[in-house]
Amino acid sequence: MSNVGIVIVSHSPLVAEGAADMVRQMVGDEVSLAWCGGNPDGGLGTSVPAIMEAIDRAWSDKGVAILVDLGGAETNSEMAIEMLPPDRAAKVVVCNAPVIEGAVMAATEASSGASLAKVRATAEELSPA
Amino acid sequence: MTDQAQLRGALAAVAASIAAHAEELTALDSAIGDGDHGANMKRGFDAVSADLDALIRHPLPEALKAVGMKLVMTVGGASGPLYGTLFISLGKELAMAPDDYAGALARAVDAVAARGKSTRGQKTMLDVLYPVADAFGARRPASEIVAVAHDAAAATRDVLATRGRASFLGERSIGHVDPGARSSALIVEAVAGALS
Repeated sequence: MSNVGIVIVSHSPLVAEGAADMVRQMVGDEVSLAWCGGNPDGGLGTSVPAIMEAIDRAWSDKGVAILVDLGGAETNSEMAIEMLPPDRAAKVVVCNAPVIEGAVMAATEASSGASLAKVRATAEELSPA
Repeated sequence: MTDQAQLRGALAAVAASIAAHAEELTALDSAIGDGDHGANMKRGFDAVSADLDALIRHPLPEALKAVGMKLVMTVGGASGPLYGTLFISLGKELAMAPDDYAGALARAVDAVAARGKSTRGQKTMLDVLYPVADAFGARRPASEIVAVAHDAAAATRDVLATRGRASFLGERSIGHVDPGARSSALIVEAVAGALS
C-alpha cells in the first residue's frame, strides 16, 4: 500500500470496528486499515500485543497513524510502538485526536497520498489547542 | 539467599497481595476511574505467577525485564505499561550498575513518570513511588519504607487528580484514594515483607 495506514484502538471492540466501518464507507479501500479493542481477556480495555498485530495488518512503508480513545489506549499504543523493530517504530505515531472523527480525517488525508506528518496534523486539527 | 530465590519470593508475595486486594482496588477505581484496576493487576500478576520459572531463570536484570514485559503484554490497561516500565527499567539500570539498587529504583520511577507523562502530586502511583525511592535511597529500614508507602497512598485521598482518568472528575476526585497509589503501596509492602 502506497498510502499511510490507519490503526483504530478503542477500549471497546464494537467502537473500534464501528469506527473502521465508517472509515471504509467514507474513504474507501485506498488506505490500509486495522482496528483492535478489548483487553487480553476480551473485556473492555486495550492490549499491547493486539495493537502490535493491528499495526502489522495496517502496515505501509509510508507509515501508520494510530487513533486511540482514552488513557490506557494511548499508553498501550506508545508501548506497542516502542516494542516494534526500530526502523518500523520510527514510522508509527499516535494522533492526539478524537478516535472516530480523527480516523475518518486521517484516512481521508492518507488516501490523497499525504505524508505521515501531514496525516497526523490533519487528525490533530480536531483537538483543541 | 540467591537473587533468584529472593525475586521468586518477592513476586509470589506481590501476586498474592494483588489477588487478595483485587476487589478493593477495583472498588477504588470504580469511584474515580473505570473500575478495572484490580482485575487488570490480578490478570498481570497471575500471568507472572503462571510463568514464574521461565521469567526468573535468567540473571536478575534480565529477569526483571521479562517480568515487566509480561505485565505489559497481559494487564490490558494503562497500568500495564506503567508497572511494566518500572520493572523493565529496574532491569536495564541494574544491568548497567549491578550494585546501585537505590539509583536504579530512582531512575526507574523517573521512567514511569515519563511513560505516564506525569509527575508527583497529580494523584497517581508516582505519589507513592517517589517517596519510597527517596526513603530507599536514604537507607531507611524496610518497615519505615512500608509506612512511607502506605501514608503516601492514603494522602492521595485529599489530592485533586490532574492526570489519568480520575482527572476527568475534577474536584470530585477529592476524597478518594488513588487506586494506582494503593496498588503501589501494596507492592512495596509485599516486596519488603518478602526480602526482610
